Amino acid sequence: MTEQNTTAAASRQPRVYPPKPEAVYLLGTCLVDSFYPEAGMDAIALLQHAGIEVIFPQSQSCCGQPAYNSGYDEQARAVARTQLQAFAADIPVVVMMGSCAGMVHKEYPKLFAGQPEEAAAIALAARSYEFSEFMVNVLQLEQQLAQAEDQSPLTVALHTSCSARRGMGVAAEHKALVENLPGVQVVEPERVAECCGFGGTFAVKQSDISAAMAADKASAIAATGCQRLVSGDCGCLMNIGGTLDKLQGEKQGPAIPVQHLASLLYTRLNGGDGSQISQKRSQQYNKKSGDKA
Amino acid sequence: MSQKIASDSMHINIEQLQQELNVEQREFNELQQRHFKVRAKMALENEALRKSFRGASDFLMGKRKAVFPDESALSALRDRGEAIRQHSLANLPELLERLEKNLTANGIQVHWAETADEACTIIHDILTANNARTVVKGKSMVTEEIELNHFLEARGIECLESDMGEYLVQLAGETPSHIIMPAIHKNKAQIARLMHARAQTSDGSQVPYTEDVDELIGNARAILRDKFMRADAGISGVNMAVANSGTLCLVENEGNGRMTTTMPKLHIAVTGIEKVVEDFSHVPELLTLLTRSATGQKISTYFNMISGPKKAGELDGPEQVHLVLVDNGRSRIFSHPVLKPTLQCIRCGACMNHCPVYARVGGHAYGSTYPGPIGQVVTPQIAGLEKHGDMLSACSLNGACGEACPVRIPLPELIRELRAEAVSPQFTDAAAVTDATAVQEVMGRGAKRTLGESLIWRGWALTHRFAPLYRIMTTAMTRGRGLFRSKAAAVLLSPWTDSRSTPQPARRSLHELAKARGVADQYQNNTADKRGDNA
Ligand code: SF4
Repeated sequence: MTEQNTTAAASRQPRVYPPKPEAVYLLGTCLVDSFYPEAGMDAIALLQHAGIEVIFPQSQSCCGQPAYNSGYDEQARAVARTQLQAFAADIPVVVMMGSCAGMVHKEYPKLFAGQPEEAAAIALAARSYEFSEFMVNVLQLEQQLAQAEDQSPLTVALHTSCSARRGMGVAAEHKALVENLPGVQVVEPERVAECCGFGGTFAVKQSDISAAMAADKASAIAATGCQRLVSGDCGCLMNIGGTLDKLQGEKQGPAIPVQHLASLLYTRLNGGDGSQISQKRSQQYNKKSGDKA
Repeated sequence: MSQKIASDSMHINIEQLQQELNVEQREFNELQQRHFKVRAKMALENEALRKSFRGASDFLMGKRKAVFPDESALSALRDRGEAIRQHSLANLPELLERLEKNLTANGIQVHWAETADEACTIIHDILTANNARTVVKGKSMVTEEIELNHFLEARGIECLESDMGEYLVQLAGETPSHIIMPAIHKNKAQIARLMHARAQTSDGSQVPYTEDVDELIGNARAILRDKFMRADAGISGVNMAVANSGTLCLVENEGNGRMTTTMPKLHIAVTGIEKVVEDFSHVPELLTLLTRSATGQKISTYFNMISGPKKAGELDGPEQVHLVLVDNGRSRIFSHPVLKPTLQCIRCGACMNHCPVYARVGGHAYGSTYPGPIGQVVTPQIAGLEKHGDMLSACSLNGACGEACPVRIPLPELIRELRAEAVSPQFTDAAAVTDATAVQEVMGRGAKRTLGESLIWRGWALTHRFAPLYRIMTTAMTRGRGLFRSKAAAVLLSPWTDSRSTPQPARRSLHELAKARGVADQYQNNTADKRGDNA
């Protein structure tokens, strides 16, 4: 028996990481862009703090995943092509969400197979990293958290998205970053690896099934008694957070705030008000940027 | 209802119970004709059903996990399983020929069926040629796929399912809801009602009402034992057909498979053409992957290796053994460059056990013989996207199925590919007649393409392709964030906001914040000179 699925086998080889680069691109993702921009700013600050120059191409938009997952390859390619141009220089790309990282790292080579941009797509895929993956494997940030400014006790439920866990295989990296924060206790909800029901257009096309999945996930997270829900994917945050709001609203209890991993790291390291999360943090940034403008 | 029966079993009104079951069966049939979404919604609202499936999924996932304690050993074994199955497919035409040659040499008669109808006709012909009026069936998903029972019963041949789960499903007039555990959707009380109302012992009497599992199985066994003794023919599936030795392997737990294939004078095995493996040395690894992935067993209770009819001087075994090799769309799958791994499947059911959607809607929601992730991949390919394309959206692409699959079928990728096929423009007639393209087209390609949806994606592509347009859009969204709480938005967003709070865009986008903070927009490679080597 000679045939082996060599491409599949090769894609299961552990990834080799470069030394700390002088500059990186930040691929913000469209969800972070409009809904969780503070997470992007916190990631930029963390990278800059590590002595890395951050480039944020203003011409970036979306990785193309929504169309791709719906089967509209041509439209996905058109949008992905814009990203190939925006992130053209040969420096690493840090991607703010697991699912978009998976799209660029795993799907771009397939999407552009046989197209003029194939080589560029393969190259971009090879130098793209999910946020926690880069922070741990390139910067070893998890080993530098002991001096965090804010060490107050905080119970965190960590939701690793399916694309981060299975697509990119970075569940351990997510965990390492949160667990090594002094004062932070990580609690694990029941069926921790199960999908929260987001799935992009799935949430709209099969809204009943999606809502049932989200309700189970939200109850499991609420049952942990955590003070905050953290994830590296904003689709999950929006889905679970939104469901928690509804569930908690009905029970008249306090909603559990949600936060992107980058914001948790930034606020703990730099001692910002630990409750400055989501919308509140974006308002803070908005004020600052407003002052400058 | 069932509570009452349980506590008051002496006074069950059998006629009333039978009527109730008739109504349930009618409702089941009606529901199977409706849209996927309707079935899914009904299932979501059925608490007993959800409990059954959630419980079964958790139980089976736990069993599988316990029997694969070593991650790296599992990974290596899955590599082997994948390689063995890919090897079979890479050599499929030649292996099938070899299989036929060696089966024939062993005295097993081989038949080829291109369609479901052809397969049914071949089986019917064999049965009538042998004057067979009663058939016992071992568990076989292919015979479900080709709807053999219907076909034979319409022609006056009695078919009795002998696998406990299949037997119950047949009694209820339903279809299997799981490929390994066909009656997993029924709880004990439902099974008790069913057996009491519809099962008949050989002397024509009702079986007594009981919810005791051992008694229930005992009652079914007594009925089936009697049928085995009298059946004219046995029809079974095949888990692996070994080309080099001409052997049919059959995996089972109840002994009914062995009875089906040895007691009647005539044995007809039915299988899809993809089930061939080259050599016996491939069997142990596939077998262990199959039983561990399916039920968490290190090995099944029975493993049958059928290598021919009864020989002169032998006391047991059928006088004739036939194998019907069914194509039914498989050649088409075989020729598709991306979808071909569909045929690697060994039908273990792990993908459905691990699927969070299946766990919530159950097997019948899919409205197809094969439910869950493998069903979403197989069914549209063999029965067409037109009829079965809707189930493709019932997947969040979370990857749990692909992670569980013992032969590493990239199920999420295949589901995505089929979504693309479903909305792709049909090939032009000119393209269809030119060689290979015609074969590779999935049946019903483009069937789910709607003008509205393709316009939405075109508009989306336009706004996300051109940076200035995209920025105008995000600016409008952030500035108009209040509108997300408006009445118009409430209608538009209702699939989302019915169960979630309304999302609100930030006041400023990351693009704006980054710009305001002076984050560089372009990479100036001013370090190249310093390094000097950055050619
Ligand atoms: S697709 Fe894989 S997991 Fe699903 S039934 Fe087939 S072999 Fe098992």
